[in-house]
Amino acid sequence: MAQQTAMAVGPLEAIGRLAELVNSDRSLVHRGRYVTNDIMIEIGNVSHYVRIDKGQIASLQRGPLLMHSWSFAIRGKEQAWRTFWQALPPPFFHDIFALAKRGEFRIEGDYKSLMTNLLYYKDVIAAPRRLAKETC
Amino acid sequence: MAAKLDPIVGRYVNLSLQGREHRVYFEEAGNGIPLLCLHTAGADGRQFRYMMTDAAITDHFRVISFDLPWHGKSTPPEGWQNEEYRLTTDAYIEAIRTFRDALELERPVVLGCSIGGRIVLGLAIRHAAEFRALIGLEAAAHQTGWYDTDWLHRPDVHGGEVCAGLVSGLIAPQSPDTSRWETLWQYMQGGPGVFKGDLYFYRVDSDLRSEIDKIDTRDCPLYLLTGEYDFSCTPEDTAATAHDIRGAEITVMKELGHFPMSENPRQFRTYIIPVLEKIRAREVSCERR
Repeated sequence: MAQQTAMAVGPLEAIGRLAELVNSDRSLVHRGRYVTNDIMIEIGNVSHYVRIDKGQIASLQRGPLLMHSWSFAIRGKEQAWRTFWQALPPPFFHDIFALAKRGEFRIEGDYKSLMTNLLYYKDVIAAPRRLAKETC
Repeated sequence: MAAKLDPIVGRYVNLSLQGREHRVYFEEAGNGIPLLCLHTAGADGRQFRYMMTDAAITDHFRVISFDLPWHGKSTPPEGWQNEEYRLTTDAYIEAIRTFRDALELERPVVLGCSIGGRIVLGLAIRHAAEFRALIGLEAAAHQTGWYDTDWLHRPDVHGGEVCAGLVSGLIAPQSPDTSRWETLWQYMQGGPGVFKGDLYFYRVDSDLRSEIDKIDTRDCPLYLLTGEYDFSCTPEDTAATAHDIRGAEITVMKELGHFPMSENPRQFRTYIIPVLEKIRAREVSCERR
């Protein structure tokens, strides 16, 4: 279906481009200007440790990386991430809480850091969707 | 140069609700069958501004929306600073009927979204004969709580931003940026604890499942429309409610979420105008009889 164009790259490659996608978005970096935090995004069984410094993605390290702390983590199967990152994802795959409600994502850890900057984090986590939009 | 005025006019009406005085703000536009619109939890009547500026609707309907007490430009009651706001089924129904009586709206059509959709079911159960038709958007007889609403009102998390962040996922990805962010802006402007207080009604005080089979759509037609992207009140939730109501018409709206009238007005009108035309046609046929 043309409207739900899949990404040209897979989720593991897409997450690797998170820094360029976020850091090139001035309004998103501005929205997150008070955010300095470590989070974790797990795609399948591959962990990604994301360090955020004043709204910019400072680094992204692929695991395994034992003993590395994070404030909150979002975990999902590769297929769930692939669907979430479509340009126009189908119903119930379009939002992290929709996926969590369905049991496709698990959100764990310090919810306060997530909820305090929820609009920022949601758009950071959805940023790879732009890779699919570019292929539309 | 002539001012580019919206056709919408806003006023205040003073109402006694739950034994207390309230100054309630409302807006309206159009002429014809009164169409009373009820906003979602934590928002206000601005959500209906696109319907109020759509001549295909306002040529035949007097579209009216009021801000529930504590919402939008309606003033909270005296002493509000010493209490926790909690909407109840009885208070909500009283507000609707009192407002209707004050404005002398004769058997209005009521259209409500989310909590407004829930109370439309309550009106259908308790007061169907008082209305020409009832329209529930994102409506279901019950919702099991699926997140911790304490996040919506605490001093160390910005209430407006967290409310907007939470509901942002209930908007369909196809909705235009302009109307998406306007919808979120209204959530950012809600008073502290108001969204949470509305959800008390939605989750705790208004489980209508045991009464839903009392609805008789021969007394008053009931239309239920739910957006396919609404993961709070899902199309399945609405279908489960409609299953127990003989004669209820249910529509799943494509490319829409929980705020159809404000998140994507152009898409929504393709669904709501046919419903309003059915209501008009029924009116004309009743007049001929």
